[in-house]
Amino acid sequence: MLKIKDLHASIEGKEILKGVDLEVNAGEVHAIMGPNGSGKSTLSAVLTGHPAYTVTGGSVSFNGKDLLALSPEDRAHEGLFLSFQYPVEIPGVSMVNFMRTAVNEKRRYHGEEPLSAADFLKLMREKRAIVQLDNKLAARSVNEGFSGGEKKRNEIFQMAMLEPKLSILDETDSGLDIDALRIVAEGVNTLKRADNATIVITHYQRLLDYIKPDVVHVLYKGRIVKTGGPELALELEEKGYDWLKDND
Amino acid sequence: MQQYIDIYNEHRRAIEQQSPAAMNAARERALATLLTGAVPARGSDDYEATDLGEIFAPDYGVNINRVAFPAVPATFNCALPTLSAAPFHVVNDTFHAPQNAQLAPGVVVCAMRDADARCPGVLERYYNRLAADGGDITVALNTLLAQDGVLIHVPRGVNNDKPIQLINILNAAATLMAVRRVLIVLDDGAQASVLMCDHTADATRRYLNLQVVEIHLGRDARLQYYEMEESSATTGRVSSLLARQERGSSLLVDSITLNNGITRNNYRIDIDDEQCSTTLLGMAIAGAGQHVDNHTLINHRAPRCKSHEMFKYSLDDDAIGAFAGKIYVAPGCPGVDAYQGNRNLCGSPRARMYTKPQLEIYTDDVKCSHGATVGQLDREALFYMQQRGVSLEAARTLLKQAFMSDIVDAVQLPALRERLRHLVERRFTGADALCNNCTLSH
Repeated sequence: MLKIKDLHASIEGKEILKGVDLEVNAGEVHAIMGPNGSGKSTLSAVLTGHPAYTVTGGSVSFNGKDLLALSPEDRAHEGLFLSFQYPVEIPGVSMVNFMRTAVNEKRRYHGEEPLSAADFLKLMREKRAIVQLDNKLAARSVNEGFSGGEKKRNEIFQMAMLEPKLSILDETDSGLDIDALRIVAEGVNTLKRADNATIVITHYQRLLDYIKPDVVHVLYKGRIVKTGGPELALELEEKGYDWLKDND
Repeated sequence: MQQYIDIYNEHRRAIEQQSPAAMNAARERALATLLTGAVPARGSDDYEATDLGEIFAPDYGVNINRVAFPAVPATFNCALPTLSAAPFHVVNDTFHAPQNAQLAPGVVVCAMRDADARCPGVLERYYNRLAADGGDITVALNTLLAQDGVLIHVPRGVNNDKPIQLINILNAAATLMAVRRVLIVLDDGAQASVLMCDHTADATRRYLNLQVVEIHLGRDARLQYYEMEESSATTGRVSSLLARQERGSSLLVDSITLNNGITRNNYRIDIDDEQCSTTLLGMAIAGAGQHVDNHTLINHRAPRCKSHEMFKYSLDDDAIGAFAGKIYVAPGCPGVDAYQGNRNLCGSPRARMYTKPQLEIYTDDVKCSHGATVGQLDREALFYMQQRGVSLEAARTLLKQAFMSDIVDAVQLPALRERLRHLVERRFTGADALCNNCTLSH
């Protein structure tokens, strides 16, 4: 599904990714771990097309398409979703209006008719239930005045609405209490199917107790330095990242 | 400016013959003001970003002999038909009343020439009272040349619950200056809402709308006044609104510029007694070649009054926006609570915004503050929306609409609020001719 080859990227002239190789297949859950500043969030930003980053080398193919040649919105239409570490508050834009625009633009991209108002509201209701998102939140402006937990649930709600093929969850566990973490993780697990895949970016093992990865990667200084099974996450939890640095 | 003074001198008799005595009585002083005052240059104190000389430079004709234009051009269709079943029209500067105006008993909406018959004494008492020392040379020019106008009078204690809608249309076969004059008088305890829509029906001609609106609010009177400009690139507008509030009165003025050529709006609100509340709101959306300049003065001349002012601009392409707002608090006015805000969005590196907030306070025990910002659309918010599949263009539109949403939400007439929301969306999605082709089936 996703093939990253020797990806280099920089921001304001500073190289952050220094040759990332990664392959994700349908049905898999990958975890990317690593210390602060290793390039985890940069990788998600580059894959989704954030304009602040410049790709300086390498390639990314997504279901056979050259991902890096697509606009951010077309990457989304092709099925790429990023759950933001810090979801943006957008005062004055209602969740309903925002989601209706997003869903219908995706449908148009795929040559489908826009959803009727009734069908759209029905879809909103169904998907809200997955993350127990209050109707009142759905009626408000995007993320405005939401608590940390509500924002993360709102991300997973949008993921449910858009049914992506590949979801990247960037530090989805940060700022969550244990109940919210459970709800978010259950939401992600509910949405897991044989034909989609998930990349979980996290600092800690904690989230991986709820979302079981098939493969764990360690990103360090802009490169993936180690790949293993779920046991690698446990090892990192126990030993920290320092032992990797020693191998440098 | 001289060419218009010449017109007056040459056609003085014709002008006076067409006009009520109260209008004629005001002309001498206006002429003196014009003869002694120079046209302020661009860059001068009150005209930092707007070239008044350039606005008046085209050789506009004035309809001295009151040539009749069609009451309402056949092609014309207003954006707000649900608001008032029977709107009043002003074509250029001639007033037309509908057959079946729906007004509360005693309420008069009439041409100034009919004022003596319809509500004796009102015009004499109030006409030009605020405009005489209005200061601006353009007000004097209006007073010099105005031949007719609209009088709205709501008598003591009457609540005219349906909005009074005035649709102003520019439509002539020549380059024309419409000299519009409006007087709104609400006696003690009266209530009304007024909506003025400015349109240009034939946008192949150049027009100038030279307008003066005077508003008098008696004790405990309540007025909502909305003015919406939806004209054309060929239209200039120089408008002055002068209002005076008596004890306990409440005034909302909402200035909306959706489409225009070059616009200069002056607002001066004199708060003359205690317990008044004043809200002055503004929205300007401007794109290529458009210029919007709002100049405001909230004149606190009495203790314990509250005023709130907020103007928002969204500028694209090479649009120019200007805002100058002064809050003045006279000596001996404790307990005044005044806020002024001006928030601006520049959607293009070529757009220019000039903002000048001023507080002038001569009483210690008051609460006055202001804030002015000029910024761009939030890049992180745009990317967030793009990541969800919203195109950059649609994301920009959503953010711009969101930026204006508090001004739209502050409209107190539900039908106007919904209509305005729709018109703002259409404006930002690039739909032209907002009003002329708009349907209500959405």
